[in-house]
Amino acid sequence: MTDTNRLARDIRRQSLKMVHRARASHIGSALSISDILAVLYGGVMRFDASQPMMGERDRFILSKGHACVAVYAALAEVGFLNEDDLVTFGKNESWLMNHISHKVNGVEFSTGALGHGLPFAVGKALYAKRLGLAWRTYVILGDGEMDEGANWEALMFASHHKLSNLYAIIDYNKLQSLTSVSKTLALEPLADKLVAFGCLVSEVDGHDHVELDKVLASRGGSRPRAIIAHTVKGKGVSFMENKVEWHYRNPNSEQLAVALKELED
Amino acid sequence: MRNAFIAELLAAAHDNANIALVVGDLGYNVVEPFAESFPDRFFNAGVAEQNMMGLAAGLASEGMHVFVYSIANFPIFRCAEQLRNDVDYHKLPVTVVSVGGGLAYGNLGYSHHAVQDYALMRVLPNMVIAAPGDPNEVRGCMRYLLSNPGPSYLRLGKAGELLIHDYVPELEPGRWIPVHQPTDSTDQILLTTGGVLELANHWIKSEQAAGYSLYSLPIWGIRDKSIQVEQVAKWKNVTTVEDHLIDGGFGSWFLEALSTQPELLVRMKLRGLDPLVCGLVGQQDHLNVLGGLDRDNF
Repeated sequence: MTDTNRLARDIRRQSLKMVHRARASHIGSALSISDILAVLYGGVMRFDASQPMMGERDRFILSKGHACVAVYAALAEVGFLNEDDLVTFGKNESWLMNHISHKVNGVEFSTGALGHGLPFAVGKALYAKRLGLAWRTYVILGDGEMDEGANWEALMFASHHKLSNLYAIIDYNKLQSLTSVSKTLALEPLADKLVAFGCLVSEVDGHDHVELDKVLASRGGSRPRAIIAHTVKGKGVSFMENKVEWHYRNPNSEQLAVALKELED
Repeated sequence: MRNAFIAELLAAAHDNANIALVVGDLGYNVVEPFAESFPDRFFNAGVAEQNMMGLAAGLASEGMHVFVYSIANFPIFRCAEQLRNDVDYHKLPVTVVSVGGGLAYGNLGYSHHAVQDYALMRVLPNMVIAAPGDPNEVRGCMRYLLSNPGPSYLRLGKAGELLIHDYVPELEPGRWIPVHQPTDSTDQILLTTGGVLELANHWIKSEQAAGYSLYSLPIWGIRDKSIQVEQVAKWKNVTTVEDHLIDGGFGSWFLEALSTQPELLVRMKLRGLDPLVCGLVGQQDHLNVLGGLDRDNF
């Protein structure tokens, strides 16, 4: 049994090191989803790193592609990638691009433009449902990403076709690119909107592994699942938490050392 | 053309359980036979083209060859980024099928005029454009696309087009196919793509076009430029004909293909639509005349 708390910590530590080396942005977004990834890759999702395209695998799609370091780190922790791969992140001609890339072992789909992951996932879930296949499709979306109309088109379709094998996880950290979600384009009442679109809606603490595991592992019903994961952008590093600037900044050597220290056992 | 399309699709779908048809709430009186024969492989995505193209890519990523049917600009411009990122970049077998190519829906207004579609589709690096000129070319295009599943764009007219070929031509990307070769050939040709084949076939019967040969190039794309050099080199003059703006179109594609061959560039003449036609409304033939494609005056 994987210790998902340890896995989440390792994802965070590795993500920090990667963005530091590559001088990359979006560490706040990566830290925001690290616990969700740890629960998915640490127990909920079915996969075999030695057979990345195994037919029965659960499919995972990172729709908020800018948070890719956390996924690359998770993939390395569970055996799809190795440390040498991670070192190439952000370098010239590396497969590990700064938005998630399907050229990386274990990645299903490239994103970077927002509003693409959920419709694509709907296609996969529709395929599985049509053939009665047991695998599930998980998507992580950003809260700011819910501004995109394509997501609401996809939810309408998923609901109409009763895609209960689809899990749309909204990383609700309340911050987007320039300021808060509420000051940008108010999402609330988000749960009501998702219910109205026909989803089975759960609200969880996006850093509570027990809550996450319960909702992400549950099956059945006839509605697509929308999981509102209340999260903290920059979670785990005190000086990054709830700070818009860590959508863009990367930690210098001193900041990296402080951050890694905070993430020790 | 659309009837030839659906007949080919139906025949293929009987043999291949991985063929799906997704529509954007369009296709009345066209797609019903497919929907009735294969209800579990027919999906109406509703009036939501971005999701339609995204889910088509998702289905294709699981091994289906997905045909996405809509009209004019809806399945391309409205979801251009889905085509670029989801379909083309991932090299997924999605064939976008658009009816109403050129000014076929001339009366319906500028929203329905597909006169910039080549410009968009031909800059996608993995995209194959299939622009048949008659129902037999539709069948030839479908047979190619079904045998070579990948990102592709099938541009159709409407229904009732004349048969120009008396056989189904075997097509491959970038290769011209002969339609008419006069005995008194003057080494000048008309080369068409898409629905203007019929117009060009009319032109070559006129005195003004005496001695002209007529060729068609139904399947082409960004990867097929290099083999145009040798084909142009065989002729003294090549006049391309398209019902698309000259800007970013078929003829312009040739100018790019020949850009390092100045001696060949001067042999090219481009016939297409003038942008003054943008915003005008009328019957297809009427608008084509206004745009510079006058049926009675080659």
